[in-house]
Amino acid sequence: MLEAARCIVVRDLLVAWRRRSDVATALLFFVIVTSLFPLGIGAEPDLLRLIAPGVIWVAALLSCMLSLGRLFAADHADGTLEQLLLSSAPLGVIAAAKALAHWLVAGVPLVLIAPLIALQYDLPAPLYPVLALSLLLGTPVLSLIGAIGAALTLGLRGGGVLLSLLVLPLYVPVLIMGAGSVEMAAAGLAPDGQLLLLAALLVVAAAFAPWAIAAALRISTE
Amino acid sequence: MTAQSVKWFWYASPQTFYPVAGVIARWCAAAAAVLCAAGLYIGFFVAPTDAQQGEAYRIIFIHVPAAWMSMFIYVVMAFWAAIGLAFNTRLSHMMASALAPTGALFTFIALWTGSFWGRPTWGTWWVWDARLTSELILLFLYLGFMALQAAIDDRRRAERAGALLAIVGVVNVPIIYYSVQWWNTLHQGASVSLTRAPSMAATMLTGMLIMALAFWMYSIAVTLVRVRCLILENQ
Amino acid sequence: MNLELSHLSCERGGRTLFSDLSALLRGGELLRIAGPNGSGKTSLLRILCGLLSPTSGSVSWQGVEIRRLREEYSKQLVYIGHAAAVKDDLTAAENLRIACTLAGLPVSAPEIRQALEAFELADLQVRRLSQGQRRRAVLARLALSGSVPLWLLDEPYAALDAAAGRLVEELIGGHVARGGAVVYTTHQDTRVGASQVIDLDA
Repeated sequence: MLEAARCIVVRDLLVAWRRRSDVATALLFFVIVTSLFPLGIGAEPDLLRLIAPGVIWVAALLSCMLSLGRLFAADHADGTLEQLLLSSAPLGVIAAAKALAHWLVAGVPLVLIAPLIALQYDLPAPLYPVLALSLLLGTPVLSLIGAIGAALTLGLRGGGVLLSLLVLPLYVPVLIMGAGSVEMAAAGLAPDGQLLLLAALLVVAAAFAPWAIAAALRISTE
Repeated sequence: MTAQSVKWFWYASPQTFYPVAGVIARWCAAAAAVLCAAGLYIGFFVAPTDAQQGEAYRIIFIHVPAAWMSMFIYVVMAFWAAIGLAFNTRLSHMMASALAPTGALFTFIALWTGSFWGRPTWGTWWVWDARLTSELILLFLYLGFMALQAAIDDRRRAERAGALLAIVGVVNVPIIYYSVQWWNTLHQGASVSLTRAPSMAATMLTGMLIMALAFWMYSIAVTLVRVRCLILENQ
Repeated sequence: MNLELSHLSCERGGRTLFSDLSALLRGGELLRIAGPNGSGKTSLLRILCGLLSPTSGSVSWQGVEIRRLREEYSKQLVYIGHAAAVKDDLTAAENLRIACTLAGLPVSAPEIRQALEAFELADLQVRRLSQGQRRRAVLARLALSGSVPLWLLDEPYAALDAAAGRLVEELIGGHVARGGAVVYTTHQDTRVGASQVIDLDA
């Protein structure tokens, strides 16, 4: 069972590695979106420091959406999704492995590059670990919830836009807790509460989302 | 026991439900009209003018029941969706699909009247109040449900995909609500809450409850009419 | 071993493809599903492997409904669908190893090399293979699936040249002789003598 899950993660990472440019595109999108905000609202350092957590988190949400569309669509198009549905492991485990692979490819690079963006926004150094930790806890939730939407919109016309409409409202708690934890820290308060809530969201999502993804995949492939 | 369960499934068949729905819809529509007239009369003519907010507060007779219904209908919708997924009953899926537009309508009314009330009271059309913001996200959830069902051509897939989304949504609604509330305290938005009307007079409460009942009847009537249309469409 | 189809019917897009279809398949038997394009061959095969639920009726494996067995049933079958089911960015060997691992079949590197050699495939990235070669890369899995009792093959001879067609024929024949069961669809004339035929044209 774990053998099958590991196989999927390795496969998806290998495919992502051979198509590095796709991964780079989503990351570049994240960087460009965050760079647009100062151009839109002015480069006042105090203002930028104030909006940095929110901007970085919103950009992370959007960047995540961008890569979600391909999560199951590529497997669906070449027929390998049917083989995943017929694998020897429970479909929930397969779904969890797909979400994990998505996070490793789309989420982890955001966590790694976020401090660089924070630097551009002149965020004080003590906030970096909080920002990184909030992204580390929050981005897997984005992958898990997003995968439900990706499975539901599989093969639909206008699937990408529809996916955003379905998933972005569900991302609200992650956005609030994620950006909120950094804002708390910026205000000199302890961000522990928000980070713990994010961790709780992650636990709940990890426990339930794979089964919802599995159900959605069955509905969409029938 | 068995006789009763047989009867339930008998009503769950669209063919037998169709005429029953027609009768219930007619009675509920009539009740909605009467209750609405009574509620509005109490709200606009009987209830006293509010000492702090003047006449503007009277919008709550529509606003508060609409907000109640918007949340309640989402739960009912998810309930029917879950039943539909669990027992594979067509009628349950039709109920869920038929409820969504009414739920979205009430959400929109709640937002719209909230904004009408906000203008004279807070001096602005929109405030990022916790309840208003939650209500806005709820509207997005309704629209997402309807957009997903509209985008899928295959009827069975549309019903089941929508049902799953509704269930995922209903699990998220409380999380969204509490996170938005926490967010609101962090950012210290408006301190006045829309529904915390100071010392509500008995007539106000009566008017509001009657209006809530009227909205209930309206929702049932409209939903059943829509279910009847769906049954005809699918025959 | 037995696979039982009882009173299956299937509706797609408001059209009835087939109804009240019953059959019993035992080990050592070959079932051919025949019929013109659009007659529901692929749908029937997808119902048999549990990817699609029938509008009515049921499929049972060893007397238990496959809906209740899920992955326990999946372990007992190989399904080769219409689509290639290979990743363009991976090599033929990588694709084969992944397919076998997901199916719960332990395979070694030499076994994979052997299977590919039997199908005369170089270990290249799949995107550089021709349509027929892709098909071979998928069917090479059959050479490693002797221990899996039930084979469900959608148009196994499509896009294959004579040599590869003969190879698949041999594999199918060998599997049936070993006591396995094979279900396959085709709109062409058969080459292997089937013990049962379901004609969806009728």
